[in-house]
Amino acid sequence: MTPPVTNVGLPLLEDRAKFIRTETVRLSRIAGAGHYSSTFSCAELLAVLYYEQMAIEPAQPDWPDRDRFVMSKGHAAIGLYPVLADLGFYDPSELDTYTRLGSKYGDHPDMKKVRGLDFSSGSLGHGLSVGLGLALAARMTQRDYMTYVLLGDGELSEGQIWEAANAAGHFGLQHLVAIVDRNGLSIDGHTEDVMSVEPLHDRFAAFGWDVQRIDGHDLTAIRTAFGALKRGGQGKPQVIIADTVKGRGVARMEMSLDWHVGNLVGDDYDDVMAELDAGLKPFVAEPVS
Amino acid sequence: MTTDMQDESEIFRGTTTGATRLRDARSVRGTPRAGMPAFVLGEELADLADRDPRIVVATADLASANRTNDFRDRHPDRFVNFSIAEKNMITAAAGMASTGLIPYVATFASFAALLGAEAIRTDCAYPRMKVRIIGSHSGMSMGFYGSSHHALEDLGMMRCMADLTVVCATDANHLRAILRASVEHPEAMYIRLGRGRDPVVYDSVPDIAFGKAIRLRDGTDLTIIACGSQVRASLDAAEALAAQGVSVRVVDMFTIDRMDADEIRAAAQDTGAILTVEEHNVTGGMGSAVAEVLLDLPRIPFRKHGVPDRYVEVGPPAALYTHYKLDAAGVAEVARELLARKN
Repeated sequence: MTPPVTNVGLPLLEDRAKFIRTETVRLSRIAGAGHYSSTFSCAELLAVLYYEQMAIEPAQPDWPDRDRFVMSKGHAAIGLYPVLADLGFYDPSELDTYTRLGSKYGDHPDMKKVRGLDFSSGSLGHGLSVGLGLALAARMTQRDYMTYVLLGDGELSEGQIWEAANAAGHFGLQHLVAIVDRNGLSIDGHTEDVMSVEPLHDRFAAFGWDVQRIDGHDLTAIRTAFGALKRGGQGKPQVIIADTVKGRGVARMEMSLDWHVGNLVGDDYDDVMAELDAGLKPFVAEPVS
Repeated sequence: MTTDMQDESEIFRGTTTGATRLRDARSVRGTPRAGMPAFVLGEELADLADRDPRIVVATADLASANRTNDFRDRHPDRFVNFSIAEKNMITAAAGMASTGLIPYVATFASFAALLGAEAIRTDCAYPRMKVRIIGSHSGMSMGFYGSSHHALEDLGMMRCMADLTVVCATDANHLRAILRASVEHPEAMYIRLGRGRDPVVYDSVPDIAFGKAIRLRDGTDLTIIACGSQVRASLDAAEALAAQGVSVRVVDMFTIDRMDADEIRAAAQDTGAILTVEEHNVTGGMGSAVAEVLLDLPRIPFRKHGVPDRYVEVGPPAALYTHYKLDAAGVAEVARELLARKN
């Protein structure tokens, strides 16, 4: 049986979400560029998944019964690497090589190099199919692990996502959980201007999925949604649509189109680190810049 | 000759009469045809799965056409039909492979290789997943179904991917050998099949190793390096040329990526002329791979024979093979042209 979900407490989760953001800023400076805002939008989701929700064993990364995580939005790997190091999959000092020649850690993650990574990603639109395969494999091999797939909202325009969504509904893979980081922006603008993805609840429901919709920065809401997930392999696949803010945590980045990829240098770097250290402030929506 | 008793190879070679039905009623009625590659696919995989619980099989709404339904009937719990969603099938197979399963995913080559190319590269080859992509009905074996259903570019596309072994099945027994050898192969594979009507080359299941070509006939004047459907045509061409006093070596170069460069060098040295024959666009396929090896050697008469770099005419497969000189007579004619350059 999958071990029960642990309870590490809200303060630790808040701290780890902050850690994900500060490490993203630090590693981006090594690379000279980084996917800040796409990582900030899923920081709380990653924190709850890895520190509380998933059954994993850092001492045994290939444990066959471990829960699986597929980061379909692979450009947020910069936020995942520090988590895997922090949990003990590898020495955190390895991340000092981030993106440098020969490093294991590139902008998009490589499962053959990164210990603890369940699948490579980077080409958008693939991750739900990978998760589908993992869930089918669980059924075929009578294992009861859960498979979590983190999707970006922009990549929902990829047709393959809906091939996988259709198949998961058809096969009744309840142990497949999609999490949509609904941060509202793709590279060229608001998703609803570039290519609409709404009504997202109805779209997934029509494909045969159980749907929850939450505030993706509210740790309590995330924990509640994860706690409500059904276990067992036969039933509807489950999706959590997490409404988030792209760039959440750094005022200049929040809902800005300028920070999908960026580079903080000099005083800006220090200012942002200080801002993150002070903790999240309430988000005030402004027009998309 | 009645329709029911017709020799499939006659359909293939274009010698059938107008009264002959091109559709083989038995192929969709569930009687496996031991001599036909596509039709042994499901049975052979099911045999392998009897002994190996890691083997799973998937298709994209073509279980009847490629006979994976024979696998489904024997191992329903390890069979997935993804319907007409090939990219999803290939990527999901990679997800399954990451748990230790060995998925064999089969559909028409045009959709497996061309539509699925990026999923094959990114999800199967790059992470070294043991996924076996089986592209049946390759080349122009779909005949009058037209260019959408032809795969005359697949070898070129697949062979430029790293960490992907690319092989062509020559006939039913050869396919059995490939499938048996594939189980423990450490990386992703693309396995190219014909339409299931390929004439017999191997009377029994041959011993094979990926990367090791099979010399089927020895000769001194010319080497024909062939793959897939063109091995039989090349052997028959060699026979015809022998009657005219020309000694031709014939090599089945069934591994296209991880190619047997030693056998190519030996052919150049021993026979001084090489003709490659493939049911593929002359650009980028097996012949191009052979040419890349030859570039490092002293120059000899060499010709790539295949389908010209344009979309082919519509027609029955047999008529197309004749039209593009990919039957025995056509191959012999091209061989004589090449030999004229040698002498």
